[in-house]
Amino acid sequence: MTTATSALGTRFARGGALLRAREVGIGVVLLLVFGVTTLHNHNFATASSVQQLLSGAALIAMLGVGETLVIVTRNVDLSVGSIVGLSAYIVGDLFKDHPGAPVILGFVVGIAVGAVIGAVNGFVTAALRVPSLVVTLAMLYIIRGLDGLIVNGVIITASNVPNAFIAIGFRTIAGIPWLAIIAFAVVVIVGYAMRSFRSGRDLYAIGSNPEAAALAGVPVGRRVFTAFVISGSLAGLAGALFLALHAEVDVTAGTGYELLVVAAVVVGGVAIFGGSGTVVGAALGALLLNTINQALVASRVSAFWNEAIAGALLLLAIAFDRWLSLRVVRGLRSAEGAHRDL
Amino acid sequence: MNEQPEGVGGVHGKPRLALDQAAKAFGAVQALVDGSITLFPGEAHALVGENGAGKSTLVKILAGVYQPDSGTLAIDGQPVVLNGPNAARDAGISIIYQEPTLFPDLTVAENIFMGRQPLRAGRRIDRPAMNRDAGEIFTRLGVALDPQRQARGLSVADQQIVEIAKALSSHANVLVMDEPTAALTTVEVERLFEVIRALRREGAAVLFISHRLEEVFAVCQRVTIMRDGRFVRTAAVGDITVDEIIRSMVGRDLDELFPKTQVAVGEVVLQVEQLGREGVLHDISFSVRRGEIVALAGLVGAGRSEVARAIFGIDRRSAGVVTVRGKVLPNGSPLASMAAGVALVPEDRRQQGLVMDLGIDRNVALASLARLSHFGLISRTRERDLAATWANRLQLKFGRLTNAVSTLSGGNQQKVVLSKWLARDPALLIIDEPTRGIDVGTKAEVHRILDGLVADGLAVLMISSELPEVLGMADRILVMREGRITAELSRAEASEDLVMRAATGQLKAAAA
Repeated sequence: MTTATSALGTRFARGGALLRAREVGIGVVLLLVFGVTTLHNHNFATASSVQQLLSGAALIAMLGVGETLVIVTRNVDLSVGSIVGLSAYIVGDLFKDHPGAPVILGFVVGIAVGAVIGAVNGFVTAALRVPSLVVTLAMLYIIRGLDGLIVNGVIITASNVPNAFIAIGFRTIAGIPWLAIIAFAVVVIVGYAMRSFRSGRDLYAIGSNPEAAALAGVPVGRRVFTAFVISGSLAGLAGALFLALHAEVDVTAGTGYELLVVAAVVVGGVAIFGGSGTVVGAALGALLLNTINQALVASRVSAFWNEAIAGALLLLAIAFDRWLSLRVVRGLRSAEGAHRDL
Repeated sequence: MNEQPEGVGGVHGKPRLALDQAAKAFGAVQALVDGSITLFPGEAHALVGENGAGKSTLVKILAGVYQPDSGTLAIDGQPVVLNGPNAARDAGISIIYQEPTLFPDLTVAENIFMGRQPLRAGRRIDRPAMNRDAGEIFTRLGVALDPQRQARGLSVADQQIVEIAKALSSHANVLVMDEPTAALTTVEVERLFEVIRALRREGAAVLFISHRLEEVFAVCQRVTIMRDGRFVRTAAVGDITVDEIIRSMVGRDLDELFPKTQVAVGEVVLQVEQLGREGVLHDISFSVRRGEIVALAGLVGAGRSEVARAIFGIDRRSAGVVTVRGKVLPNGSPLASMAAGVALVPEDRRQQGLVMDLGIDRNVALASLARLSHFGLISRTRERDLAATWANRLQLKFGRLTNAVSTLSGGNQQKVVLSKWLARDPALLIIDEPTRGIDVGTKAEVHRILDGLVADGLAVLMISSELPEVLGMADRILVMREGRITAELSRAEASEDLVMRAATGQLKAAAA
């Protein structure tokens, strides 16, 4: 109401400004990690090394996009890792049984598998009101079990998968891997939709204040359902790409991805309790985690450090968010208080 | 302020909205039996009733959140069915809830236009238009809010302005405000009233729900009274008095609101001498005797609650001595104060007085745990017995003793807080705003409880912002202003006028 408040609000609290600052921050850390590692090991900056980096990050980034949609609505999807595994295996199995199947069919089947599981997650969460943490955790175990039954010790190998499909995993355009381009396209499309369409803004409203969203006429259940379906579909797509990238699938495919994805998303500035964050941030978070991972390998640091550092980064990111939001609120309050006293 | 009622009942023309005999039951509970109200364009219409009278249910029906079991709703003479919040919005009804329903993470403009954002080609949101439109509404309301700032950190008053802007942006011509003034300061209330008057001039109908009857008279033309889920009457504010409204609300007379038994005053229980706190309190001296209610009156910020906190030991005193039953209280120790027989019922029940998610029994027992334990283990049986005893003595209305206190009404919650402290058998009860946010009927009950306690020999120090309560309940009144006591008035000599003059510094010499 007061000019003092609005001036301060303009400076500190404009929705996008903080997030943008976060994305810039991640970019800076990313360049730092990259630069320092290159000083130690000149091979880190070679084209093939960077391509490997981007391809690896692309899968996590794609999962991060779907996870962002879900987390923004104050839910979580822990089933993405197991969907990657199941989708990769089913697509591989398809090519094994039908060697002549078109490449595109592989993607359609992968996405369909993910969409169905996402729909189940979404239905149980939105319609039956079971907390998504429980639903998707249960789904994680169900799929892992199912995976074991279907796979039954049979491993998909490169010889089972058409060359044209595997090519997607290593081909590049102008030196940029296909995987990275696909992930980039996903980030741009979903990112734009989240920002510019009512349905996208609805997701933020739901996560920010679920009761108010319902009162404002936001179709809460339908939107949450859709978020899970998209998250599942992207995980299914990532599964097909996993097959293309590694050309081999066994029961462990995608194991542990779910927590890696959640970590990437949170590092990327998506609030774990919903309401704020962008898919661009999530994708950058994925890239950062993957770069650190590769940097440690290139610097010949024990692999054990990798997870410890990812964990430390996660803590740092959340602590930083808390500190920032407390500061903003306090700043606004004191500005208001100061005005009241006048 | 000086609205001239026009025509019979203060209104004319065709009704904008007419709700007739709406009923709504939740399981076995009949929340609304006969919800009836008629709103005309350009009128501010008050809806009053005790908590539980069915006002909230009626509001939720108008909001499209609840569908009535029976009854009809007509807008501009046409019967309508509101099957959801969107339908209500499309019908031109906008609700401003008591607790603002904002999205803290989104910008103010997004909050206003959620679900109705202006679009450009390809169904994309037109942000510049959205921010511009929001800015225009704020200009119309005469407030300087930045449409692009985050909603997080807005004051309650500003949040309400955003809610009103939300209503205006949807071109609502019926605005329902559910206790909009509950958390506002006087200045903010006056600004809200200006906004309501502006809305009326534009031809909107405003349904104004408030516990504060003076506000009803200040801003409304007509008032509808509800009791026990039923419509009681609608009247022009010029044709009805406060007493009549209250009688219709509670179904009994006003005198019963402030029962006062004559009690023989006994020995001094609390003696405060030259109490001071750097920059907050200066030279506070008074005493409270057995069988006496002493009220601390004054404006908000005069230091009344600070006196209570300094006595109890929540804040450290920089000067002065506090004696309870002849024993000097150590400085800054609530535990020692409790041991000396002091109980403090704080102003904010929800935050400071209760653990909202715990049961009634656990909350009542909370201050008496040492007495209820064997070797450090709490006896559930004794806990329950204690709670049952007090629930019975204070006539608490509840389902089971294990029900969370969050399920109780404000008045019953206050009884739980009282039980908690009375279970310790205190000599002095300090009670801050005993009936804030409690409906009229339960207020009388709390007053009766206080009266009964004093008759049993308790000494009570009561802080209250409600003058009728102070004048009706207190044996002596201490008026505070800027951290000092400016007057001490006996029950006989005290009047509303005298207290207000002392509180605003227009009374020179203390009457004592």
